[in-house]
Amino acid sequence: MSKTTAIAQTIDAGAIGVRPPKPGRRAGLPGRSQLPEALLFLSPTLVVVAVFIVFPIAFSFYLSFHEWNMFSAEQAFVGLDNYARLVTDPEFWAVFRHTLVYTVGTVPVNMALALVVAVVLNKNIKGRKILRAAFFTPVIVSTVAAAVIWRWIFDPNLGLFNYAMSAVGLPVINWANDPTAAMASLIIVGVWKTFGINMVLFAAGLSAIPVHYYEAAEIDGAGSLQKFWRITVPLLAPTTLFILVLSIIGSFQVFDLVYVLTYGGPLGSTKVLVFYLYEYAFKFFDMGFASAVAYLLFGVLFVLTLFQIRLFREHVYDAG
Amino acid sequence: MTTMIAHTSARRIKSVLAHTVIYVAAAATVMPFVWMILSSFKDLGEILSFPPTWWPENFTFENYKNAFGAASFGRFYANSLFVASAVTIGQLVTCSLAAYAFARMRFRGRNVLFYLFLGTMMVPIHVTMIPSFMILHWAGWIDTYAALIVPGLASAFGTFLLRQFFLSIPRELEEAAFMDGCSRFGVLWRIILPLSKPALATLAIFTFMAVFNDFIWALIVLNTEEMYTVQLGLAIFRDRYATEWGNLMAGSVVATLPILIVFFFAQKYFIQGITLSGLKG
Repeated sequence: MSKTTAIAQTIDAGAIGVRPPKPGRRAGLPGRSQLPEALLFLSPTLVVVAVFIVFPIAFSFYLSFHEWNMFSAEQAFVGLDNYARLVTDPEFWAVFRHTLVYTVGTVPVNMALALVVAVVLNKNIKGRKILRAAFFTPVIVSTVAAAVIWRWIFDPNLGLFNYAMSAVGLPVINWANDPTAAMASLIIVGVWKTFGINMVLFAAGLSAIPVHYYEAAEIDGAGSLQKFWRITVPLLAPTTLFILVLSIIGSFQVFDLVYVLTYGGPLGSTKVLVFYLYEYAFKFFDMGFASAVAYLLFGVLFVLTLFQIRLFREHVYDAG
Repeated sequence: MTTMIAHTSARRIKSVLAHTVIYVAAAATVMPFVWMILSSFKDLGEILSFPPTWWPENFTFENYKNAFGAASFGRFYANSLFVASAVTIGQLVTCSLAAYAFARMRFRGRNVLFYLFLGTMMVPIHVTMIPSFMILHWAGWIDTYAALIVPGLASAFGTFLLRQFFLSIPRELEEAAFMDGCSRFGVLWRIILPLSKPALATLAIFTFMAVFNDFIWALIVLNTEEMYTVQLGLAIFRDRYATEWGNLMAGSVVATLPILIVFFFAQKYFIQGITLSGLKG
């Protein structure tokens, strides 16, 4: 979902180096169509994409109007029943709310942190490369391992977190049994795990701001805070909006972290959309209903992506 | 004069402050990994002691022995490395071929096909997951390496990445080779690919990391323990050894180390790949 536009942005923004020439004019040898040869080159990719992407997109749409448990031969047409069942299921709304809470909890903190770190690293700081690597490390390790480590840090009896809390005289929290604390732990780890991505995206945006703006501001006697609010923030607005949408799309799809850190608990308080989808599909094998959930998620993300593509267009053309 | 001195010293204080804050923040960010490594060398008694110790008092390899012995992490490791390597090599081949066709060959509907292809990247895996699972079920591939490898053998992201890179290579280089009677494939192999090493490295590292770290797909298509990947093994292991944190930390070290090592040497490619894909955890 998020990929296309992010790639388009970064590449068009020149991350790869050269802005590629238009492919239209001189495609290969002049004149003749090279369809047979092209098909040969494209065939492995086309086969895999057809079988594992195109067909599934269509088939899960079809399934969302059917009832099917995967093992029976018959797929009974039920019209909009699955969708009706979905919107009348209180658990669905609870799950939707948890996803929203997770999103609202992670995205702003994530972005604020990422921006501050990117701005500081953009300055004349010693050891920038090492620092950047440090902030980026959580992004590259597996979510499963990260969640296992943090589960230990959050262990109610032996964990570092509670030890630190009690050391400074704060009350000890039962992360495993308290629904609010469980969601908080999810948000903390979610921010920690992904803010490095946004840091890098912000850094790319920052490097595009012309230095002479800052120089002019300095001549006029502006301090660093003034420069930040008057130059960095407004000029970074398109990047910020882009990262915002990208982050929302990402946090709507959280799964691995929930599975290992809380398994949706306690009492389903951290169950999110994809977890709900996973349960219906691969625990209850209610494939039709699960497909309806998938399409609903798809719909939400699709709207966000369209919005993002528009943002991106404006962004690129603005940036010239 | 005095105001200037005051100004520069205020600057220095600010700079020291900024350095301190950023270094503390960076240390806090990597702290969980340090904690993971240190804990993996502690024995059970020390793990269960409260307040926690920082440095291992009785340095032990017991946890690693357990991970590779009773918990068969060796097997999981071999599975993960095999699957990640197979998908990476496969994608380098399929994406190079497709990218070359999109970048250089002339045929009707090429651009439409390319944009449709890019559009598939907008579809979250959760939408295609159920039918893909069924296809693998019908093919009798559930719980096999094929289930982990075959669906990953094409990538719109990889094709896009390489196509953009290929487009930036001057056409004259190829035209000379065509004059010498080189075939299309020969040109791709002898001229384009050697010039595209940075893009290929980005794709290879990104793909390897994504497959090695994958969890949800392995969770869905694997049943028997001997097929488990490291990530799935670790998740299952966590349920089984609920509070044996020493063992679990050894398992986590095993599950993160290869990626951390590659990251250490090839940071640039990681950052490029992840930024380009907008990948989210």
